[in-house]
Amino acid sequence: MAKDGSTMLTEILQQDDQAILQQWLERQLSAPGLRTDRLGRSELTEHSRRFLVLLRDAARSGGTDIHGAAWASTRQMLDDLSMTRAQQGFSPSETALFVFSLKEALFDRLRARNEAADTTAAMIWHTTTLLDKLGLYTTEVFQKGREQVIVRQQQELMELSTPVVTLWEGVLALPIIGTLDSARTQVVMESLLQRIVDSGASIAIIDITGVPTVDTLTAQHLLKTIAAARLMGADCIISGIRPQIAQTIVHLGVDLGTVVTKATLADAFAVALRRLGLTVARVNDQQRRRDRADDAERSSGHDRSEN
Amino acid sequence: MERIPILKMGDYLLVTIQVDMHDRLAMTLQDDLTARIVSARAKGVLIDISALEMVDSFMGRMLGDIAGMSRVLDAETVVVGMRPAVAITLVELGLSLTGVHTALNVERGMQLLRSRIDARGREDAGTA
Repeated sequence: MAKDGSTMLTEILQQDDQAILQQWLERQLSAPGLRTDRLGRSELTEHSRRFLVLLRDAARSGGTDIHGAAWASTRQMLDDLSMTRAQQGFSPSETALFVFSLKEALFDRLRARNEAADTTAAMIWHTTTLLDKLGLYTTEVFQKGREQVIVRQQQELMELSTPVVTLWEGVLALPIIGTLDSARTQVVMESLLQRIVDSGASIAIIDITGVPTVDTLTAQHLLKTIAAARLMGADCIISGIRPQIAQTIVHLGVDLGTVVTKATLADAFAVALRRLGLTVARVNDQQRRRDRADDAERSSGHDRSEN
Repeated sequence: MERIPILKMGDYLLVTIQVDMHDRLAMTLQDDLTARIVSARAKGVLIDISALEMVDSFMGRMLGDIAGMSRVLDAETVVVGMRPAVAITLVELGLSLTGVHTALNVERGMQLLRSRIDARGREDAGTA
């Protein structure tokens, strides 16, 4: 009498589970490029055993629709597995291989049973469909995990790359690193304006040394930021304009209007100090000698206290 | 009818907008302010919008208009206390209020107003 594939699979999973686990584990461990550094043998064994148990329970009732309720716990297990492996840096195929490598073990058990040809065929078809679905499912989850990692990194990058630095009382500096797109502009603008309110600064220096290219859109974003800062009563100076960027700006016909631009942050800072009525002066020789003597005395005193 | 008070302090007029502006109120303010600049012979106008949480394009244009009108009447205008969100909104609306002087708070605004009026006084003396 011919049995259908589902019954056969359940039967094999039930009766030969130890042998299957053994062979499956061997298969996984002998796979080329197994990351033994990231995944211990005991952990793998535990994963495999749990998956086999879940598969057996689900296969008994669930058919091949792996999105059904009967497969919920199996899916949950694969979710966790894929997510962990995605974070550990496994490749998608290495992750999917976890499921696919089970086939060989199952089919070997089947061969040993010498069932009728149509039963064997039905069982192979059923199992292949099922395991393919589950394998692809791990890939999907894996992909999702990776995307989450990317999104998180993007956010971190966004926050990291827009610091507002206080250069002096009343002078803020905004070193922009990386391309200035709309999303970044929003973050930059918000953090700059907030800092202007908090610190009462009247001059902000926007340093674009780290901006790789300036196109019309980037220039527009810059001008927007400057206009918003001006509305809050702060003047902006753009600094760090590289020669190529100066050329691009002129070639594109970007009108920076009345915005003060400087080649280096130092020049911009000098302008800011001048506007605040401050100067940087070299101390005279006598003063310097006295300072140096003070320093020497302090350091020798320090040495003595150490000894 | 609801009105926004205009306070006179020496040569300056002080306008503090503390309610949500609607269009009628804005028009009334324009009328009152221009009339007051003439009658008080004011040299400077300080508009404090630190309580303003929302602006629309009309409001933005009105601020620019008031500054323009004051300039014609020989008074400098400084808008002070704009909130970050308001500034961003105005810029996104394409209204960067060119021609309006701005300052962070009333104190800074008064400083700016004084220095501008002094500069203008020197200019006038120079050309006379």
